[in-house]
Amino acid sequence: MHAFVEPLMVLLVLVNLGLLSVRRMAWCIRLAGVQGALLGLAILALAPGAEPEPHVWYLAAAVLAIKALAFPMFLRRTMRTLHLRAWVEPYIGYGLSLLAGLAALLFSLWLGSRLAIPGLHLPPLLFPAAFTAFFGGLTMLVSRKKALTQVVGFLAMENGIFLFGAPTLAWGSTWMELAVLLDVLVAVFVMGIVVHRIDRTFDSIDVGLFCSLRD
Amino acid sequence: MSGLDALLTPLARLVLALALAPLLLGVVNRTEALVAGRRGKPLLQVYFDVAKLLRKGAVFSTTTTWAFGLGPTLGLAATAAALLLVPQGGLPGPVSFSGDFILLAYLLAAGRLATLLSALDTGSSFEGMGASREAAFAALAEPALFLALAALAAHRGGLSLHAMLAGSAPGDLAALEPAPALAALSLFVVLLAENCRIPVDDPTTHLELTMVHEVMVLDHGGPDLGLIEYAAALKLWLYCALVAGVLLPSLPGGLWPDTLAVLAVILGLGVAVGLVESAMARLRLNRVPQLLTWAAALSALALILKVWEAGS
Amino acid sequence: MELFLCALVLILAGGSLGLVLRGRTGRLAGPLGILAGSGLGLVAVLRLLARQEYPRLDLAWGLPVGSFSLGFDPLTLLFLLPCFGLGLACPLYGLGALAHEPERKVRSHWFFFSLLVAGLALVAVARDGFCFLLAWEVMSLSPFFLVSFADEKLEVREAAWTYLVASHLGVLALVAMFAWLAGAAGSTHFDALAWAAPQLAHTWPLFLLALAGFGAKAGLAPLHVWLPEAHPAAPSHVSAFMSGALITAGMYGVARILVLLGPGPAWWGGLLLGLGLLSALLGLAQGLAQGQMKRLLAYSSVENAGIVFLGLGAAHLAARGGLAPAALLAAAGALLHVLNHALFKGLLFLGAGAVLHGAGTVEISSLGGLLKRMPRTGALFLAGTAALAALPPFNGFFSELLIYLGLGQAGMGLRSAGSLAAWGGMAGLALAGGLALAALAKAFGLAFLGEPRTPAATRAHDPGRAELAAMLLLALGCAGMGLAAPWLVTVLAPAAAQVAHLPGMAALDAARDAQSLLRTVLVAALPLPVLGLFLWALRRRLLAGRPVGSSPTWDCGYARPAATMQYGPASFADPLASALGPASGIQHDLARPQGLFPRRAWHRVAAPDLVLDAVFRPAFGAALWAAEHLKWLQHGRIPLYVLSILAALVAVLAWVLA
Repeated sequence: MHAFVEPLMVLLVLVNLGLLSVRRMAWCIRLAGVQGALLGLAILALAPGAEPEPHVWYLAAAVLAIKALAFPMFLRRTMRTLHLRAWVEPYIGYGLSLLAGLAALLFSLWLGSRLAIPGLHLPPLLFPAAFTAFFGGLTMLVSRKKALTQVVGFLAMENGIFLFGAPTLAWGSTWMELAVLLDVLVAVFVMGIVVHRIDRTFDSIDVGLFCSLRD
Repeated sequence: MSGLDALLTPLARLVLALALAPLLLGVVNRTEALVAGRRGKPLLQVYFDVAKLLRKGAVFSTTTTWAFGLGPTLGLAATAAALLLVPQGGLPGPVSFSGDFILLAYLLAAGRLATLLSALDTGSSFEGMGASREAAFAALAEPALFLALAALAAHRGGLSLHAMLAGSAPGDLAALEPAPALAALSLFVVLLAENCRIPVDDPTTHLELTMVHEVMVLDHGGPDLGLIEYAAALKLWLYCALVAGVLLPSLPGGLWPDTLAVLAVILGLGVAVGLVESAMARLRLNRVPQLLTWAAALSALALILKVWEAGS
Repeated sequence: MELFLCALVLILAGGSLGLVLRGRTGRLAGPLGILAGSGLGLVAVLRLLARQEYPRLDLAWGLPVGSFSLGFDPLTLLFLLPCFGLGLACPLYGLGALAHEPERKVRSHWFFFSLLVAGLALVAVARDGFCFLLAWEVMSLSPFFLVSFADEKLEVREAAWTYLVASHLGVLALVAMFAWLAGAAGSTHFDALAWAAPQLAHTWPLFLLALAGFGAKAGLAPLHVWLPEAHPAAPSHVSAFMSGALITAGMYGVARILVLLGPGPAWWGGLLLGLGLLSALLGLAQGLAQGQMKRLLAYSSVENAGIVFLGLGAAHLAARGGLAPAALLAAAGALLHVLNHALFKGLLFLGAGAVLHGAGTVEISSLGGLLKRMPRTGALFLAGTAALAALPPFNGFFSELLIYLGLGQAGMGLRSAGSLAAWGGMAGLALAGGLALAALAKAFGLAFLGEPRTPAATRAHDPGRAELAAMLLLALGCAGMGLAAPWLVTVLAPAAAQVAHLPGMAALDAARDAQSLLRTVLVAALPLPVLGLFLWALRRRLLAGRPVGSSPTWDCGYARPAATMQYGPASFADPLASALGPASGIQHDLARPQGLFPRRAWHRVAAPDLVLDAVFRPAFGAALWAAEHLKWLQHGRIPLYVLSILAALVAVLAWVLA
């Protein structure tokens, strides 16, 4: 299974670059789902031993169900009920966002070569892929106008952290992992409701409008 | 393979390319027709067209000068000269040296300048428009092409096209190597852009305002147009051969099986182009640069991975 | 050495005699002196190159600092070539172009031109810091008078001032650099400087100072601001000389400093590479947007300076990484590009001058259809275009190929950051190539092809024989240098080895490999012209005896097409400019037609220099503001001035003696 780790990481990086450069909200959400699915597969591929044990399967299935299916469905419903326009509306151009993604990758690679954590043997590319997801999510948070895209950015960041933690999972404590997953689920729901509130208050979810809340 | 064979086989494959290039366009057209539920033109239609055009007279615009003849002649000459450098089926091209990909790119650029000047020579706004778009897209495709080839060079450890496209694709597949796959994808996008295919340009459109390449040759007719059509077929073959080289670098099967395999992959790429054209709509013109940036980013990713791999 | 000194004397004598003599001889003395001197100088340089002799000369000198030391080495000889080469072509062109200008102006013009040529030559041979700066100053000042030839025009005067300010800010950095180095060495002689430099604790401030001073002269972004102002304002043969030869002084300076300071850390190479890339891409992005041919060509000089620095940077990086062959390839490519650029940019500026003379303007939106009206200029301009676009088998291709190869080998041989820098340089160079093609297709295609857009363009005509001869000379140079490229690599190898600090043997081996490679490339590039000619003949054969008609261009059935409806410079640049975003600096001023019976509507497109507007104008505005507010110091009361002198004297004495 370990042979699949590297291609999976490359795919994750690609999905990240994609997240940064798509124009349509629908695609943005779809890609977030794909990222979740890849994460589920990565958990399987990272599992020790030739054949993953049952609880790894459970965890992977839970990740797939929540990150790849539940979140996108929920975000899509939010989009529908708010009658959002189809476009992502970035502050910086798509090409520049893409370059920012590549820069994030380079920085993560450099960071990975500098940050040797003793006693921790990560599979190749896992660290850069995780941190690219993290920085890519951050970039989305700062460079997009709509609150919904920021939820997606937050998800991407969370996926990065989750990926980074994946190989250090004490493989017995699936319950804890599931608990974390559920926390995130609740967070996304809360954010969804907040987005609704924002929409009702401002008639838009452009976070640029928040500055009108100043004294 | 004996010494003489090593010399003759690339030449034979070059001749094969020169002879079969129009067929590749036929395959693309037939694929599109079949997907659309039509019967389509004959597979050999491009041969008929070129033969007919070469037998015709011509009408020249009163505005034009001798520069008008540069496009058809130098355009074809440049493409053919570039084809000399392309390895086909694991063997080096008839001419091969370290850095030949640079000559390839600049030969194609020479052909492009000739075509642009021919278009501008007519003084038509349409043709000026086409020339400006072609210049823009080609300029943006250039880094994607170079980055893809650089990634292959870093992957296979050589600066000639032969070294980049030789090696073991089956081994790459088994090792799940991402770099060649990314480079191939990127090259395929460059192929679509440089050969004026959907989603960048629609070769079958009938509205001048939406054309890129076709509008540049509006005023060409007769033998000129014949040469241009043939050059377009050769160019498509050239790029398909490059992509085929990444997908299928070498086979140990002997002369004939190898040749057949290469032909199959190149024609298969023609089918792929046809499928893309059937499945996709044309991009809005201002979205094309983004597509090409994406292609460059894919190759850059491949390259970064290779450099990082070598460093760690 | 004697031959070279004779050449200098001839050049200066011609210029000075022209100042003294009257009438026809006065007009002719200057250009003929420069022509003869440059010819002699070229012979001297070629002889030294062939014999690989590097003589030196030290003379007594009445001044308390420095010494009059001259000397040759491979680097110097190389950089003398564009100086004397364009010293042959440009005066020849000017001889014809200035034939109808007032005599007073022409005579002083040639005097300053001779000073420029001699000063440039002295800069290259000077072996003493003080002597170098003196020559540099002569070389930097004389273009001010050359640029302001048409000084009745406001924009010409402004351009001349921009040039003067930019070049003197550069000199400031150079004086500081040499003073620092000479202070450490105890002498201003280059040998002493080279000996002292490695013993300094920090050489990087010296390198940065040199880069600022020399980069400003070479047109390295973001210090390139004077080029797009000065080149269009100057007479065309002066623009040609400035672009082809004067800016090489800056490149020579950087190369010389790399030699003097000894092998520096790898990041110097990275910095050179990055700045070169910035220059190349910014120069093209801005050049593409220009509607004026000479401004476009000036930006193209910025691009080419960038390519040279990119090559030098790659060579430095590769040499520090222990890759001698890659370093030699990149350095030789950069140096070859210096020579090539002198040839094709000289040719193109002279061509633009011919257009200015023939059609009265170089605004592309007023031109069109010139190829029919000035066929010889058009053909020569096309040759220059192909060479500048680096199309095989012209010379530009071979220098860029060498740089590409150097970058590729460095990319494969170096580790991590160095490797990425080299590959990034290659991708950037590729983008620059594509953009250059678009910019040149615009410059040639819109000006020389299609229909004339104004009556002035309809009446255009070829220039006189002297002008055409000058252009032909350079065009032959472009083609010849392309064919001679394999041989040139070995000629350039010593200079390249010097710049990259390569051991002689390794450089020689690498040069031999490069030579055989370039021979193959030349053979591989030949099918293009051969097949092209064959197809041209075939096309004629096929059309012979067949009905060949002629009709107006297809206009989509529109009844009244006009020449002004052709695609213009702004529309041609639009797709790329919008893809490049703000980097092209295009500004639109659009007034849409309004209402049922619209009155006036316009769309003006301009592309002012980004760096000038964003950095230098505000900076000089601030300086001006400060000066305005310090005006109270200039009150005009003499006793108070004397008092302040006294106060300063007392203060200094007290400070020194305390």
